[in-house]
Amino acid sequence: MHLDQSILSLIVFTPLVGAVVLALLPDRGKLQPAAALIVTLLTFLFTLHLPAHWHSIPAGTYNFELDRVWIASPNIHYHVGVDGLSMWLLVLSGLLAPLGVLASWNAIASRRKLFYTLFLLQQVSMLGVFVSLDLFLYYAFWEMALVPMTILIATFGRTDNRRRAALKYFLYAFIPSALLLVGMLWIYNGTHTFDVPTLTYLAATHQIPGSAQALWLASLAFLIAFAVKVPVFPLHGWLSEGIQEAPTAAVMVLAGKLGLYSILRFSFGIFPEQSHRIAPLMIALGAIGIVYGALLAYLQNDLKKLAAYSTLGHLSFITLGIFTFTAMGVDGGMYQILNHGISGGALFLLMGLLYERYGTYDMRALGGLAKVLPWIVTMFVITALSNVGLPMLNSFVGEFLILAGSMRTAFSAHAVLWCVIATTGVILSAAYLLSMIQRVFYGALGTRSREVQPIDLNLREHVTLWPLMILFLAMGIGSTYWMRSLHPLATAYSSAADVPPLKNPIVHVEAETYVPVNGGQR
Amino acid sequence: MNPNYLWLIPVLPFAGFLINGTLGRKLARPAVAGIALLFTAIPALLVAWLWSTMLSTGALTMSVTSRSWITVPGFHVNFAFAVDHLTLIMLAVVTGVGFLIHIYSAGYMAHEEGYWRFFAYLNLFMFFMLVLVLAANFLLLFVGWEGVGLASYLLIGFYFTKDSAANAGKKAFVVNRIGDFGFLLAMFLIIAHFGSLSFGDVFAAVNAHPAWQGGFLTAIALLLLVGAAGKSAQLPLYVWLPDAMEGPTPVSALIHAATMVTAGVYMVCRTHVIFDRSPLALSVVAIIGAATAIFAATIGMVQHDIKRVLAYSTVSQLGYMFLGCGVAAYSAAVFHLMTHAFFKALLFLAAGSVIHALSGEQDMRLMGGLKKRIPVTYWTMTAGVIAIAGIPPLAGFFSKDEILYRTFAFEANPMLGKLLWAVGLLTAGLTSFYMFRLWYKTFAGEERFDEAHLGQAHAVVHADEHPAGHDEGQDTSHQGHHGVHESPWIMLAPLCILALLSIIGGWIGIPQALGGSNHFEHFLDPVFAATTHAENAVNADQVSHSMELVLAAVSVLVALIGWFVARIFYLKKPGTLGARFGNSALYKLVANKYWVDEAYDATIVQPTVIGSRILLWGFVENVLVNGSGFVSAAITRLFASVTRKMQSGNIRSYAGWLAVGAAIILIAMTASALHIH
Repeated sequence: MHLDQSILSLIVFTPLVGAVVLALLPDRGKLQPAAALIVTLLTFLFTLHLPAHWHSIPAGTYNFELDRVWIASPNIHYHVGVDGLSMWLLVLSGLLAPLGVLASWNAIASRRKLFYTLFLLQQVSMLGVFVSLDLFLYYAFWEMALVPMTILIATFGRTDNRRRAALKYFLYAFIPSALLLVGMLWIYNGTHTFDVPTLTYLAATHQIPGSAQALWLASLAFLIAFAVKVPVFPLHGWLSEGIQEAPTAAVMVLAGKLGLYSILRFSFGIFPEQSHRIAPLMIALGAIGIVYGALLAYLQNDLKKLAAYSTLGHLSFITLGIFTFTAMGVDGGMYQILNHGISGGALFLLMGLLYERYGTYDMRALGGLAKVLPWIVTMFVITALSNVGLPMLNSFVGEFLILAGSMRTAFSAHAVLWCVIATTGVILSAAYLLSMIQRVFYGALGTRSREVQPIDLNLREHVTLWPLMILFLAMGIGSTYWMRSLHPLATAYSSAADVPPLKNPIVHVEAETYVPVNGGQR
Repeated sequence: MNPNYLWLIPVLPFAGFLINGTLGRKLARPAVAGIALLFTAIPALLVAWLWSTMLSTGALTMSVTSRSWITVPGFHVNFAFAVDHLTLIMLAVVTGVGFLIHIYSAGYMAHEEGYWRFFAYLNLFMFFMLVLVLAANFLLLFVGWEGVGLASYLLIGFYFTKDSAANAGKKAFVVNRIGDFGFLLAMFLIIAHFGSLSFGDVFAAVNAHPAWQGGFLTAIALLLLVGAAGKSAQLPLYVWLPDAMEGPTPVSALIHAATMVTAGVYMVCRTHVIFDRSPLALSVVAIIGAATAIFAATIGMVQHDIKRVLAYSTVSQLGYMFLGCGVAAYSAAVFHLMTHAFFKALLFLAAGSVIHALSGEQDMRLMGGLKKRIPVTYWTMTAGVIAIAGIPPLAGFFSKDEILYRTFAFEANPMLGKLLWAVGLLTAGLTSFYMFRLWYKTFAGEERFDEAHLGQAHAVVHADEHPAGHDEGQDTSHQGHHGVHESPWIMLAPLCILALLSIIGGWIGIPQALGGSNHFEHFLDPVFAATTHAENAVNADQVSHSMELVLAAVSVLVALIGWFVARIFYLKKPGTLGARFGNSALYKLVANKYWVDEAYDATIVQPTVIGSRILLWGFVENVLVNGSGFVSAAITRLFASVTRKMQSGNIRSYAGWLAVGAAIILIAMTASALHIH
């Protein structure tokens, strides 16, 4: 089999094989993290094959596609493939995994086997979500993502509250997922296919059977499941506790990517009109979420809580952007998913480093660390500036496009109002992040920072952080490199209002894979 | 000159930043300063080369576009630089004054810890400032705009172990972000209406549509003004600049006087095509400028900290520049920007030299009689004081008077023009008063400092301010002799050059009425041509040269009165003013800076924080958001408590449930069968 066809399967199943190997290896010394590092680095290497052999393709078509019948009836395929968005999400997840392993190197001191095995399983399910082009396959990975993460939180949580946090996370994610399953089955009942390209084509040409009301309900079943996972304000009840409890490596992949990707691929793809209909609400929630997240972040004394609400604010930017259905907003939103992965990830990594040293996330006990930890403060300030959206660093490009798009969107009667509200986020984010820097690093030494012997970054931590710092600058200056493969999707979703999309490219896909089943009625 | 060399102008300081930022900790101090100076000197030479090209060809416009920065379908922004005459002046000011201040810093900071950090930040500032003035589109200008804000944040907070410095840095950044909020919205509007952010595209579109007046252009102009007011410390966003004096003095000179804070003026001038179409926006600019000028001047009259006097003076002078922009006298505003860069940089550096002489003392109540002790500093500062006071023939007179005259002759709204002119004139008197007050309090009268204890007092009182700076054995000038001492020549040389510029810098812009030919304004004609010519034609009719002479005489008279009053109260009869007004309510109001910081805190900051804490955190987050989770959890638990009863472990009960289930299925089947038949 040609490598281009098998590469996606290789990416997804390498960590799975790795997880099995880890489970068989003894839990001795640094053997487990070393093995996990090798597996994740190998996976990352495989993901780099994708941009290296990328062909530019129109929207609605996929590279590195592989389509095999998995179960004949019901009509379920093992259908994988990636477009620009999912390709970069794979590369991002591939990059973050070894960094997560490095961050856990000393932080996870007991039950290493359980930790790294679960971590790799989590990786499998996340990668699987991004490659799946069959709804059923996708749903399998989607639900599978829930289990390792829940156990990670429940077992490796920081405080006694970990079980509660894990339960909350599980319930929040699981209950709407049940609705998602119902929605999917309803769709299948009407179309007899789980194939995503086919469904997208059918949706664009108004061929999905069902009354307007039923379609609306089905679209809500999809959207709610995804919105909880993102999370979109006010469905973020699980986020704060989950982030507080989850270990650094898990928290880096906890929020954002999965839900936002699913909205872009499935809600927008299968329910374009319904998505337009709900856009005004989502734009409003996005703008409110930005301000809400920033204000609550400002109130926190706990670094992890601050990061949790900062995460909510940043994800709200993306929600706002993609629901503008403008080329700028969607493009910026997709780019911002990547940016949030690395900027937020770096923030969590650095907070984890402080916790390893000082045993607390409480800013009131820290302070004055800039003098004794020159490297950590440098990295922290750069990361904060990236999160603040300083021009020339990565997040600025995304936030700028999102906000500019929100001013122009045709999908909200009060676009200018929401744009203005959302833009206040740039003031508030500066306020809470610079306050954080000040409280942790400036002024006099705090109680904890006096007691503990300061240790600046070691080689392993340098290796963990530098790739992210370089990416901040590279993605801030050279955004065109990443964004050109995102454009087809942005164009498709932004022009969807007027032009029925995906007419031509889908025809041969239909001929190959879409076989209407006539056994439905008797 | 090959336009591609333009890239070198900003990139070289950035290289200096990277070298000092990564390796500086390990380098010797002379090496750090050498690198920083070299990477500032070469851009200055490149700018000089640009000037020579311009002078030999008579005119210069140059642009260079590199690869795309942001591209989305239907919109793109490039990395693009452009040079015209306005940019040339800004480049000369930034690189020239910047280079002098780098030299001065090498001496001033010689004993500070974090020497490498200081020079790395200073070079970073130069990079962003040069990007700002070279940018050929709004977004790249915004890069420089935010970037200088970052450098300012880092340098204000240079003594970060001190809470007041860390607070001031944060305040500067956040208040600037309020301005940037306006700037961003302006850019979104520009994108929505023009589909481009390139200066060339936008201005060409405006010029091509003479019918566009006011409307969305007013909205864009006012939003840009919000940005400019933040960066240039105008009402109501000026509050960060006085606090910014927490930074080292060379930083105050370079960033918070000569260059960065003038970025707002530069931006308004750069986008004058938009402002010209909106009389409303222009009036707002003028009113804000005049109000800021007099407001800050009154506060400056009662400050005791020598740097704070200069800070309020800067705010006030920036107000003049805005006033100039507001009456569409852009070249006058830029002229004042330039002369102000000379004399305010001089004043700050001289103040730094005074502080250096007194081993860190900044309170003018503890100065006095320094005239003989530090003569070079005294004479150079005198040049600066006379220049800013607006006494001919020094630089400040010509530029300030040009603005006042153009305000008086403002034909679009004569009433407003006259009113603002009166405000400006009054401010000129106040300026002269508070500057001579500073001069007398510092250099004249009796010595109010305790020389024997200067070193110790400094070591104790300012231990926070200069963390570990003076406790090392390496100190050569401070620690060796505690007494008052003149600064080394590495600091005095820049003072002398700036003093010379403050004296002669105004002569390039002597108006025709005073026998000159106003080279400066003609030089900027290509940039402001459309505006200037129209104005000149009208002005020539309305106000004669004799009128201009009379106005000039009036402002000189006002400046002299200010000097005279200061001379009475601070040289002849010191203390009388304080005794007479020290307890009045008005004095307290002004001395407390009109309670503006407190008012902002009470009306904006605290309500936001308390509101968020009670309403958002207490109610929305913990009741609505998390409560809904509790409710669903409770429902689940209720449901579970019922269904749990099924799992009793009792075989008979299981059998019962089995029977019930079977019955339900049977009934359902029967019902559906009946239905089908």
